[in-house]
Amino acid sequence: MFEILRKSLATGIVTTRYPQVPAEVSSQARGRPEIDFANWRDARPAVAACPTGALAAEDGGGTRTLTLDLGKCTFCGLCADADAAIRMTNVRELAARRKVDLVTTAKYELSPGGAQQKLLGPQPSALNPQPPSLDAIGAELKARVDKVLGRSLHIREVDAGSCNGCEMEIVGLNSPVYDVERFGIHFVASPRHADMLLVTGPVSRNMELALRKTYDATPAPRLVVAVGACGCSGGIFGQNYASLGGVDKVIPVDVYIPGCPPNPHALLHGILLAVGRLRK
Amino acid sequence: MNILPALQPILADLTERFDTRIEAVQAPRPNEVYFQAQMELVPGFCAQLYKKWNGRLVSLFADDARAQTGAFHLYYVFALDAVHGFFILRVPVSAAQPQFTSLTNALPAVNWQEREIQDLFGLRLEGHPNPRRCALHDDWPEVYPLRKDFDLHTVLPPFTGERHKFREVEGEGVFQVPVGPVHAGIIEPGHFLFSVAGEPVLYLQIRLFYTHKGTEKLFENIPVTHGVRLAESISGDSSFAHATAFCHAVERAANVEAPPRARALRTVCLELERVYNHVGDIGAIATDVAFVVANAHAMRLKESVLRLNDQLTGNRLLRGMAALGGVRFDWDPAQIKAIRSFIAALRPDFESLVALIRESSSTRDRLETTGILKPETAHDLGVVGIAGRASGVDHDLRRDFPHAAYDGLNFTVPVYREGDVLRRMQVRIDEVQAALSIIEQIISTLPDGPTRVGVPTLPANQVALGYVEGWRGEIFHWIRTAEAGRLARCKIKDPSLQNWPALSEAILGNIIPDFPVVNKSFNLSYSGTDR
Repeated sequence: MFEILRKSLATGIVTTRYPQVPAEVSSQARGRPEIDFANWRDARPAVAACPTGALAAEDGGGTRTLTLDLGKCTFCGLCADADAAIRMTNVRELAARRKVDLVTTAKYELSPGGAQQKLLGPQPSALNPQPPSLDAIGAELKARVDKVLGRSLHIREVDAGSCNGCEMEIVGLNSPVYDVERFGIHFVASPRHADMLLVTGPVSRNMELALRKTYDATPAPRLVVAVGACGCSGGIFGQNYASLGGVDKVIPVDVYIPGCPPNPHALLHGILLAVGRLRK
Repeated sequence: MNILPALQPILADLTERFDTRIEAVQAPRPNEVYFQAQMELVPGFCAQLYKKWNGRLVSLFADDARAQTGAFHLYYVFALDAVHGFFILRVPVSAAQPQFTSLTNALPAVNWQEREIQDLFGLRLEGHPNPRRCALHDDWPEVYPLRKDFDLHTVLPPFTGERHKFREVEGEGVFQVPVGPVHAGIIEPGHFLFSVAGEPVLYLQIRLFYTHKGTEKLFENIPVTHGVRLAESISGDSSFAHATAFCHAVERAANVEAPPRARALRTVCLELERVYNHVGDIGAIATDVAFVVANAHAMRLKESVLRLNDQLTGNRLLRGMAALGGVRFDWDPAQIKAIRSFIAALRPDFESLVALIRESSSTRDRLETTGILKPETAHDLGVVGIAGRASGVDHDLRRDFPHAAYDGLNFTVPVYREGDVLRRMQVRIDEVQAALSIIEQIISTLPDGPTRVGVPTLPANQVALGYVEGWRGEIFHWIRTAEAGRLARCKIKDPSLQNWPALSEAILGNIIPDFPVVNKSFNLSYSGTDR
């Protein structure tokens, strides 16, 4: 008993203390890719390098339409390796209420050789340029939870075919480092106790029924958050005989959290967005 | 034929014994020897390797080669740990009469693998004691997804009929407790049906493959380079191990070896993956017997490893680091220094956590003699990895089949015989200590040079076995190439598939409230099993 106390005291408080101290995100960390649209000359190598189709090109009538879909992106950075116009940032808090908000589109006039000659239309703007700090998110979340739900936010996690990567980070929310209980967020064992479903995975054919039943068992008003590239779009698995290609193929989704997997900050950011939606 | 000298006597024994019944022998690599024969040779070949040469069947899978040879092929992969080689027996299964003979009665270790072949390839099992569906759920239509004439994007009709057929368990006072697939905790989905009389568990039926995502089929539909990223998503907690096993297979098929510095960096990443998972599991085991403080420390330590991973590879789960022909990122002196100071900080912290757990007699009381997997059972079921080593199964590919930079490193493989939860935790504790030492050994002698070499586009119909000792146990990726940088087959063998049936044995006689801690002490991957 004495040793337990001694170690706890010696360890001290490890819970993250934003915004008093700056966020500890490694400069190496990969998040949202940033594209220099004005100087993008040939997207084809980057498109070929993308393993999930997050970066896609469609040519026709002398123009090329390029889309970057963060809902599919795993932040692997292979596009940036292939293309000097693309740079990986370490921005990971990218959740959106609508899937279209995760998509950036740019249209170019093509040269005869297939290179992009001229950007048509205005420069596409980046999403979430200034992600809020974890404590700022947490404080706002607690305020909203108090106001809307009048109690703490209860979350039921559902793995609908994930690789277990997202689960790893969701479990991390309960670690002393992130300690989401301090914001009134609590993971519960039954959908009957839940305000929110946090759903991971591309929804495997074998989990479709279980996901529907879990959703039906959750009392209204209920929120659904799709987690990770797989949850948002099917990710690298996409749509096939065994994978339905995303949570919204089965149940309505309130918020999409990109990432492969999203880190605990990104998860909390997405949960906040979903609660904000409940107020409306 | 260029093969390892130590394999020669075994090869000579087999060719003498089976003579013309072995139709061909090829060794594309010195430690990977292929035999061709007919189905009737399988039991004898298998018995000879098991009984005389202490071999073990580590993977059994099928391949649809009807376009090439007019038949399906079954591959029986035997590891000869003592002499560091793989003998792989290939037998044809006629397309006109798609059936094969079961080995399960003699070798329970292949039970699930045989049924998976039956489900995914439509090759009917003869003589299997329990030929029910395993990989496809009971409500699936009659489709064979891994046959070449089945399209990846086939849209199947909606569910109809009975979802699962479980065995009836009857008797006075016997009742059944169904659990899952959506569990109370934040874990992967699977269904457990406990049959109990009072508190003790009489029988446990495990229904998996809820997370089946068509992964092996998907490998056949994407370029090899994208396969590395897909391999990272086979089992999220083993991202680097699976991706490296895949790269290893492709490199072996191309006869390319990753440069020394790349192999060293791979080794560090594999050990970091081992450390974060083991530390997390030690905490989770403590939680399941209500020692929550220990878990708080363990999660704190695990988070520190994930942050180091982020700093070293740009991803907390080491994703994006693996690459064909080496690794994607080199580390600068500042990153090496970060590893050094990380180990200096983690080691005493981890030791004092271990001391906390060791000195808690109530914790020990709950873990000792709980969930015993007997060495004989572990041997029969071919249990591998942590669970095997806690039950007397002394295998570790890092020692027996040195890959990455494990050759020449100084480390011991912990082996216990008691097979209880305590020993499965102890194996993890020992392995964390060994991992920290391995990382130190690597970075103190880190070779200079490139971290990646080019891998040429492979010609069609090359086969190769890649292997890595992941934190859970041995991972195998076997590939056959197709035209234009594609794969005709990628067989993934996660250690979990081998170990799940052992959980059903280990829980017998224990009470249901102890199931979470017994389950956690195995911590098997659902996604790695289901793919």
